[in-house]
Amino acid sequence: MEALNGIKDLSYALDTFYFLVMGALVMFMAAGFAMLEAGLVRAKNTAEILTKNIVLYAVACIMYMFVGYNIMYGDGNGYIPGLSFFLSADNDPAEVLKQGMDGWYDGSYYSGMSDFFFQVVFVAAAMSIVSGAVAERMKLWAFMVFAVVMTSVIYPVQGYWKWGGGFLDANGFQDFAGSGVVHMCGAVAALAGVLLLGARKGKYKADGSINPIPGANMPLATLGTFILWMGWFGFNGGSELIVSNVGEANAVAMVFVNTNMAAAGGVVAAIITARILFGKADLTMALNGALAGLVSITAEPLAPTPGLATIIGAIGGILVVFSIITLDKLKLDDPVGAISVHGTAGIWGLLAVILSNGDATLGGQLLGIASIFVWTFVASLIVWGIIKAVMGLRVTEEEEYAGVDLAECGLEAYPEFTGTMGSGK
Amino acid sequence: MKLVMAIIKPFRLDDVREALSDIGVQGITVTEVKGFGRQKGHTELYRGAEYVVDFLPKVKIEAVVTDALVDQVVEAISKAANSGKIGDGKIFVSGVEQAVRIRTGESGDDAL
Repeated sequence: MEALNGIKDLSYALDTFYFLVMGALVMFMAAGFAMLEAGLVRAKNTAEILTKNIVLYAVACIMYMFVGYNIMYGDGNGYIPGLSFFLSADNDPAEVLKQGMDGWYDGSYYSGMSDFFFQVVFVAAAMSIVSGAVAERMKLWAFMVFAVVMTSVIYPVQGYWKWGGGFLDANGFQDFAGSGVVHMCGAVAALAGVLLLGARKGKYKADGSINPIPGANMPLATLGTFILWMGWFGFNGGSELIVSNVGEANAVAMVFVNTNMAAAGGVVAAIITARILFGKADLTMALNGALAGLVSITAEPLAPTPGLATIIGAIGGILVVFSIITLDKLKLDDPVGAISVHGTAGIWGLLAVILSNGDATLGGQLLGIASIFVWTFVASLIVWGIIKAVMGLRVTEEEEYAGVDLAECGLEAYPEFTGTMGSGK
Repeated sequence: MKLVMAIIKPFRLDDVREALSDIGVQGITVTEVKGFGRQKGHTELYRGAEYVVDFLPKVKIEAVVTDALVDQVVEAISKAANSGKIGDGKIFVSGVEQAVRIRTGESGDDAL
């Protein structure tokens, strides 16, 4: 009995430890988003996008603890989730050890707090997606109000439908780590915001032609992409949920390998596509290609062979380039390409599950895509609309020209080099 | 005394400075400037869309030299700054009434 308890202790501790470390990797993706977005906006909007990124992370943590986690993983009827507040106590050690070895993994095999920690960093990732798309023109506080609703209600409700055991889960919708639940959800919320917000001043000329607005700092954007790439090992690797036996350990390793291969495929495909289409190797497309590859494999990083994972990522990398060009032409101004990276590649990833996972059906995947899209889009549109009516979404034209750093934060990212304070001050 | 003002391509600055030193010019003032000429800027590409950079970075060189030296100076700059491609820049020459070296109070050609 003593020896058996020792094994249970070890198993519980190992799975909890694995979950916490994977969660910490995902937490660092917040830094990746912050650097990527800071690199792809203009210098005069850098401090504000960084402010948004750190505050949205904090808001997401608080709101998800307050109610979001309970909506997502509480009781409900499959469609309408239950409502309760704050986190419940963690597993009682004596109760855990009472569980038999048969069906161990159906019981409490890791800490409940580690589960919350792993989930809360996901909602923050979804919200980070929104901040890039609405960058350089949205009011800081309008964005924060949306962050409160997104992380406490909009994201958790559709999360409940899948991961909380709701109707999407019952209908066979497959989404391993959240191509749909996290990435497409974030992208669709961003799309609704961009529709009501409008393009950045100067992005489109009077004759309708596109006037590109280059990002200020390519090294930061590249660093951010590498950080996200690394964080994704936690994002997908942790979503296997168990590591404490030979089969599951192999599965986690497979997820790591496939996640890495898909990103590599995305980069190579995107840079070649850009070279063919534009005649130049556009770095920003390579960066978006890496992320598109990662988003594409997130719905099913376990079942494909590494070769197939590379191809799934590569197709994501090609799609993202065309998606960015198309959105630009539709006058949907997305400074960092978030809607294409997380939305277009997210949809592709959900469909690509069918290629390798025998449990997935086209109908189930389409139902999931449609449900998440419609819910997130309609709910977001309503919330953005209310915010627009009550407090306004955009800064004034003059503030936009001077940069939202000064207008919203009262400081600049690089006061010695830019802006009104002049050099050397 | 003449003021020779030249707008040149930034990457030619070192060559021009050497050429002017070689013919005995004692000092120049260099400013980083932006502008356009008949070239009218140039186009760049970002995320698949072309955009025009209206003002190109150039370097402005100013040198005040004696009347005797001015033709050599113009020739030296013309040679050193010439890449044969569009956008090599221009040279302007104008008269200077007076020059004073602040430390010693010397004036005219002696101050150069």
